[in-house]
Amino acid sequence: MTTAVRGNLNAVPPAAERIDSARADFPALAQEINGNPIAYLDSAASSQQPASVIDTVAEYQRHDHANVHRGVHTLSHRATEAYEGARDSLARFINAGSRSEIVFTSGTTGAINLVAQSWGRPRLRQGDRILITHLEHHSNIVPWQIVCEQTGAELVVCPINLRGEVELETLLDLMDSRVRIVALAHVSNALGTILPLERIIAGAHARNIPVLVDGAQAVPHMQVDMQRLDCDFFAFSGHKMFGPTGIGVLYGKESHLDAMPPWQGGGDMILEVRFDGTTYNELPYKFEAGTPNISGAIGLGAATEYLLALGMDRVQRHEAELLTYLVQKLVAIEGIRLIGTAEHKASVQSFMLDEIHPHDLGTILDHQGVAIRTGHHCAMPVMDFFEIAGTARASLALYNNRQDIDRLADALISAKEVFA
Amino acid sequence: MSIGTGIGTSRETDELRDLYRELILDHAKKPRHFGKLEDATHIAEGINPLCGDKLRMYLLVDANDKISDARFEGSGCAISVASASLLTETVIGMATERALQFFAAMVRRLAGRPDLQSDADVIDDIDLGKLRALEGVKEFPSRVKCATLAWHALNSALRQDARQVSTE
Repeated sequence: MTTAVRGNLNAVPPAAERIDSARADFPALAQEINGNPIAYLDSAASSQQPASVIDTVAEYQRHDHANVHRGVHTLSHRATEAYEGARDSLARFINAGSRSEIVFTSGTTGAINLVAQSWGRPRLRQGDRILITHLEHHSNIVPWQIVCEQTGAELVVCPINLRGEVELETLLDLMDSRVRIVALAHVSNALGTILPLERIIAGAHARNIPVLVDGAQAVPHMQVDMQRLDCDFFAFSGHKMFGPTGIGVLYGKESHLDAMPPWQGGGDMILEVRFDGTTYNELPYKFEAGTPNISGAIGLGAATEYLLALGMDRVQRHEAELLTYLVQKLVAIEGIRLIGTAEHKASVQSFMLDEIHPHDLGTILDHQGVAIRTGHHCAMPVMDFFEIAGTARASLALYNNRQDIDRLADALISAKEVFA
Repeated sequence: MSIGTGIGTSRETDELRDLYRELILDHAKKPRHFGKLEDATHIAEGINPLCGDKLRMYLLVDANDKISDARFEGSGCAISVASASLLTETVIGMATERALQFFAAMVRRLAGRPDLQSDADVIDDIDLGKLRALEGVKEFPSRVKCATLAWHALNSALRQDARQVSTE
């Protein structure tokens, strides 16, 4: 068993000791784009992976691959150990009450759809309300629209203010007796706004309303603690927290998950199948039908261990400093308009420059090796609110530094020259 | 056009200069035939789901199947606006059949689809003229859709096969 990927994924040395040297852990950041070293400022769309994640996945594929929870042979045992080890890492990372509250999904989108269909569809009736906010990503809008169509429930949208904030009082006022669930982002992907979740959740619970949190943009930036937050569901994706794509997590309180019917049927989610009836498996397997994304989960486990070793408090401090620097550099450029100026923000900044279309900006920046996201960021209602078609968005992660931001600022100035 | 020294001096700079040529920037800043055409006979919308850009193409086709007027409205990047503007300049006064040939030629040239070169005779027959200014997008695969959006809308309007087309 010398080559086995261990449950806690210690097969690969963990992260750098200090945050300043973390950049060196990410092989993709050591390359040049169009003759310039890459300045990767698009981590909110998808983050890069540290070597420990890449190597852990490769080791698994090379030596340990087999189906999980099935075979009695060695490889199946190794694969199962690694897969379940990843679940343990994730439970620790978000401080879940138990490992059975960690359901592997295809991502945040898959997790929210699971709740909409398994929790929502059987419960919701005509006249019921689902409360979301104006700053949600499409993946926390459309699954609810679908379940509204199926059940006759109504989607209610809490407005935002001009800084891109959800005001607590406004949201609480909308939590009337018809609201069955509140679904909202922890951090806005387009605007960077951090929502005052603890107070929102306390307010919802005081009215007996459960809360689903789209945590995709929170987990790479800050410590999240399920027991402190006390939310009912929390969804996040692997590829935004330095893990692979196609894997994510639905955290759900055990009492909710227990009461919910399976969403999809198939292998792994059963205890016993007979033609006259099937007994479903226990949590969390009840919600993991079919052979799961084993290598994705193992990679996500490695990413989780990387972040645990680095310490999310350090990540948060580093990014807060960088965000301040980013905003300083941006507002110093004439013609910059910041979109999203909330008081509490994660390291995501949307902006416009003069009359230059974000798409043109993106192309010019890319030619200098500066990668940003341009467009509507899968948050078209946010764009409508600010009466724009899209924005340019720079998003920072633990591996960014001041040079990346200087490069962005220089590239923006040269874009102004092109369109002068 | 002035491209600053900060942008570099390599092959990449030339490609960028090629994309944002003087003519493109001029049409992007001052689009020709921009606005609504009240008496349009053919209308279609084009949408680029990648960026959310949307434009509406208006055509006035006379009894002889000639495009006697064309206008467009909407918002978009420099490439999509310039392309729509150049399109209107090109097709006004043109027979609809000829405009459709231009559509085919533009899509093939810009998207660089060799599988369609069996229709090479159609392309050879066409002098793209000013439209060649858009050929810079060939080096920018993610921007080809911006340059072809208006043309897809024109095609859709003339064929009346859909009210809204997508570049996807």
